[in-house]
Amino acid sequence: MTTATTIDSTIGWLQRQLPKLVLAPSFAVVLLFVYGFILWTIYLSFTESKMMPNYGFTGLSAYARLWAQPNWYVALQNLGIFGTLYIGICIGLGLLLAILLDQRIRIEGLLRPIYLYPMALSFIVTGTAWQWFLNPGLGLEKTMHEWGWTSFTFDWLINSDKAIYTIVIAAVWQSSGFVMAIFLAGLRGIDSELIRAAQIDGASSFAIYRRIVIPMLRPVFLSAFIVLAHMAIKSYDLVIALTGGGPGRATEVPATFMYSYTFTRNQMGVGAASAVIMLMTIAAVIVPYLYSELRERRHEQ
Amino acid sequence: MSSSAAAAPVAGGVGTAWLWRVAIYGALLLFAVIYLLPLFVMLVTSFKTLDEIRGGDMLQLPQQPTIEPWLNAWGTACIGLTCEGLKGYFWNSIRMVVPAVAISTLLGAFNGYVLTKWRFPGHRLIFAMMLFGCFIPFQVVLVPMAQVLGKLGIANSTPGLILVHVAYGLGFTTLFFRNYYEAFPNELIKAAMIDGAGFFRIFFRILLPSSGPIIVVTVIFQFTNIWNDFLFGASFAAGGSSPMTVALNNLVSSSTGVKEYNVHMAGAMIAALPTLLVYVLAGRYFVRGLMAGAVKG
Repeated sequence: MTTATTIDSTIGWLQRQLPKLVLAPSFAVVLLFVYGFILWTIYLSFTESKMMPNYGFTGLSAYARLWAQPNWYVALQNLGIFGTLYIGICIGLGLLLAILLDQRIRIEGLLRPIYLYPMALSFIVTGTAWQWFLNPGLGLEKTMHEWGWTSFTFDWLINSDKAIYTIVIAAVWQSSGFVMAIFLAGLRGIDSELIRAAQIDGASSFAIYRRIVIPMLRPVFLSAFIVLAHMAIKSYDLVIALTGGGPGRATEVPATFMYSYTFTRNQMGVGAASAVIMLMTIAAVIVPYLYSELRERRHEQ
Repeated sequence: MSSSAAAAPVAGGVGTAWLWRVAIYGALLLFAVIYLLPLFVMLVTSFKTLDEIRGGDMLQLPQQPTIEPWLNAWGTACIGLTCEGLKGYFWNSIRMVVPAVAISTLLGAFNGYVLTKWRFPGHRLIFAMMLFGCFIPFQVVLVPMAQVLGKLGIANSTPGLILVHVAYGLGFTTLFFRNYYEAFPNELIKAAMIDGAGFFRIFFRILLPSSGPIIVVTVIFQFTNIWNDFLFGASFAAGGSSPMTVALNNLVSSSTGVKEYNVHMAGAMIAALPTLLVYVLAGRYFVRGLMAGAVKG
């Protein structure tokens, strides 16, 4: 074998491998930054790391300490309240707006962008705006008093029992237009022949929506649920900007819990354990969904 | 376009049908007002003096409009220990977002091309693994990322943030281009191959020229996401290299003494303007990106 043919065959091999070589850097980055870092954090959750990582294996002690923290239960309870209301209201409101907009509304082109624009904003901007809007001293409450409704009170932002609901309000304001958009796309995808047939049979609009249209939107409900659930579990920015986790620790959620235990309370092991639990919760929702989505595509091909 | 049970009168009679139309329009307009209200309040507050804020109601238009709060938020407001306003942080965000969007979009285009037109065994698994990276709670990578950025010597810097945003943006950019190129006819690729065109020539001569719409979608999606990010900025770029969102939060939450709400609202408007502008100019593409990110496949 001469050198020339060796070089030729090397070039040939390289050319055949070129697509993989182009993909390789991205995949390597994802392997390291996503999967490598997840394993790293999982390992940290089995240590007693305080301010800095400490790699002495201590088993489940960080998890034991995590589940002994009253704050962690507050965070989970808040996530439960926030997640349920946020997902429920966004889906209800999004569906309602989509159905109303689908009634041959002449100004639809004007209204749709109005419902959707909050989605373009940062949660920090949303939080800042709503913090001002709901400020008991100067915002909505004061305005109502100026208008003569002097008995009106709205102090949820500084009320420990109610503050979590202000986060729901701001988050729904931000995301419900987006849910409207995916429902509207779903409605537009429904075969109009089906509906005409039902109308000829004398079904009322209400019955058509309840019996035909909404059941056909099941995949859209699922998509909306997945997107909203994973946003709810990850929510951090809005809580920081709107309430800062307060008053006191009243609006602590897992994401703020993780951050404060890891970076300000010097309990990195506990923080890592809480992050792993967040990951497992999201994975339980996302993995089956991605699996079924990608598998369906295989059948289509 | 329009389908559905639209405008079918619920219970006969022209009068009831007309009433229903009025009710529907009324409800839609009411919601539009509610959605616009916070933006309106933010905007009018940012043009009021502090005295007027304390005295009047928040829905009132400014009686003596002033641009002082905007100038203050941009150039002289105190954030942390320095009193130079948000302008430096605004440019930090620009310096971060432009390279991060460009790199992640380019890599996503190549990845989508390989994963649709140069398939190999296991391509589906690789795509699924990249896609899953978009959905992880980023809390689970914060500590290792801080360690690695420290080792690389780019902690608390804009290059560090660019790396982070490229790494966690790749999944979405790859998704967008993969789905787009999937629909691109394979016959054209085969014909080009027979003519002797190689991997890069096919990409640059055939696929890229028809990728305009998906490039716009991806760039807008990435721009909005990266501009609006707070968690990575707060974790990996404290102090002078902070992006806009972090600086805004510091401005609003840490001001001592009198809370200057008008300055806060002007700051929030400045932070919101770039993404709002993109939304106004190219909302259609923004929505397409959101939908593609939500409704996979």
